Amino acid sequence: MTETMVTTGTTTGSGGSRVLGAVTLLGLATLLLFAFGLTEPDVRLHPTTGEEIGQFDAVRLLYLHVPLAVFTYVAFVLCAVASAGYLVRRTPWFDTMAHASAEVGTVFCGLVLVTGSIWGRPVWNTWWEWGDVRLMTTLVLFLMFTGYLALRRATVDPRAAALRGAVVALVAVLDLPLVNRSVEWWENRTLHQKSTLGELKIQDLTLFTLMLGFLVFGLVLAWLLLHRFRVGWLEREDAEHGVATAIAERRAAIDGGDVDAAVGEDA
Amino acid sequence: MSRFLADARLVAAKDLRIEARSRVVLNQVAPFALLVLVLFGFALDADQRTLRAFAPGLFWVAVLLCALLAIQRSVSVEQADGALTGLRLSGMSPAALFIGKASAVFVQLVVLEVLLTAGIIVLYGSEVDQPLLVVATGLLAAVAVACTGTLYGALASGLGVRETLLPILLLPVLAPVLIGATRAFDDALGSAAVDGWAWLVLLAVFAVVATAGGALAYGALVEE
Repeated sequence: MTETMVTTGTTTGSGGSRVLGAVTLLGLATLLLFAFGLTEPDVRLHPTTGEEIGQFDAVRLLYLHVPLAVFTYVAFVLCAVASAGYLVRRTPWFDTMAHASAEVGTVFCGLVLVTGSIWGRPVWNTWWEWGDVRLMTTLVLFLMFTGYLALRRATVDPRAAALRGAVVALVAVLDLPLVNRSVEWWENRTLHQKSTLGELKIQDLTLFTLMLGFLVFGLVLAWLLLHRFRVGWLEREDAEHGVATAIAERRAAIDGGDVDAAVGEDA
Repeated sequence: MSRFLADARLVAAKDLRIEARSRVVLNQVAPFALLVLVLFGFALDADQRTLRAFAPGLFWVAVLLCALLAIQRSVSVEQADGALTGLRLSGMSPAALFIGKASAVFVQLVVLEVLLTAGIIVLYGSEVDQPLLVVATGLLAAVAVACTGTLYGALASGLGVRETLLPILLLPVLAPVLIGATRAFDDALGSAAVDGWAWLVLLAVFAVVATAGGALAYGALVEE
């Protein structure tokens, strides 16, 4: 993988990633078609009153929301593992991987919060539910990784950025169970019915669409990660190349007897 | 071990001596703490019953805001004149350095907490039902905040954007401390029927993890 990047140098695409991208986009289109078109809205009849109840069309958002949420956590776990790997091995591969998965994970996490909020308005009758454990934990996680990305952006020295980033990512992951516990005890209730999906009329199509969602968002994560990793790698190469070129220029200037230029002063 | 503790005490004494001579926390952060309590009063209506009901939460938000300033100060004294390089060259273990810096922040936080407690009693009319719980919560939360803050101060140190970066990095991580300490104070000040002592366990776990994790990670950060 690394050879391709070094030799092509100007693009993050490769034969494999283009195929993956095409499959991913096709999958996304198919998922949207199933989620918003072919599946039925969730409508049930109340057992006694006979009223129509359920999540109606809002249920369609779950086909996106649930897989996104799962892969958000996958991305953050990847980031934590890569960060730990960096602290042990100190190689740029782990660092680039940690940065890439944190960035993609943060985007996923933001989407989870937005889709969840839009879904919650009709179903829970509120944009935001303070007492919900998973909601609050996810929000705190989102804020922590926003800080992580800000830290990386603000740190100029790549080695310092890698080290500090790795520590922040590991602290975030260690802190997460405590956040979760504290919010759970804080308001000892949760709206997040574990059974939400179980309650639905699980028809074959519903289940299929949900599974398709998992597959497609898994592909989206892999595709984005691949390219984000390659961008990070190219950035690193570019920085190293810049330094190497500058050193070579200075050396050449010294060899040519131009000392003023070599120390960076105008002749 | 005795060497470790002596080193830590030296660093803590150094930071506290700088504070005693410069009085930055006493002259600037402490008045700011009271100012925050007054601002909450303005924002939440002059009704003392409302303020009393929310006093625990307001107290701990005020502590976190003041802690940010105290931690910024703790980092900035090491930035001037390459002081941190001097400390690194002194040969003390980074963990001792961490414990020393965190202890100095801890002492300053405890002073601020005492002041803020007096503030909510006088300004908000809070009453302390369980003094022991107040003291235990105050100490444990101060350990948690001081250790996490010192670690994150090192993470943001040397950056031009440190002042703006530290809050976004630190405050989300401290969410469990804010929740736990607030709930414990709810019980101690009688503003909600919760078991404050149970929350102390959470604070204690956080404090232990922050102390151990900070001492481990600090070495890697200052040696970069």
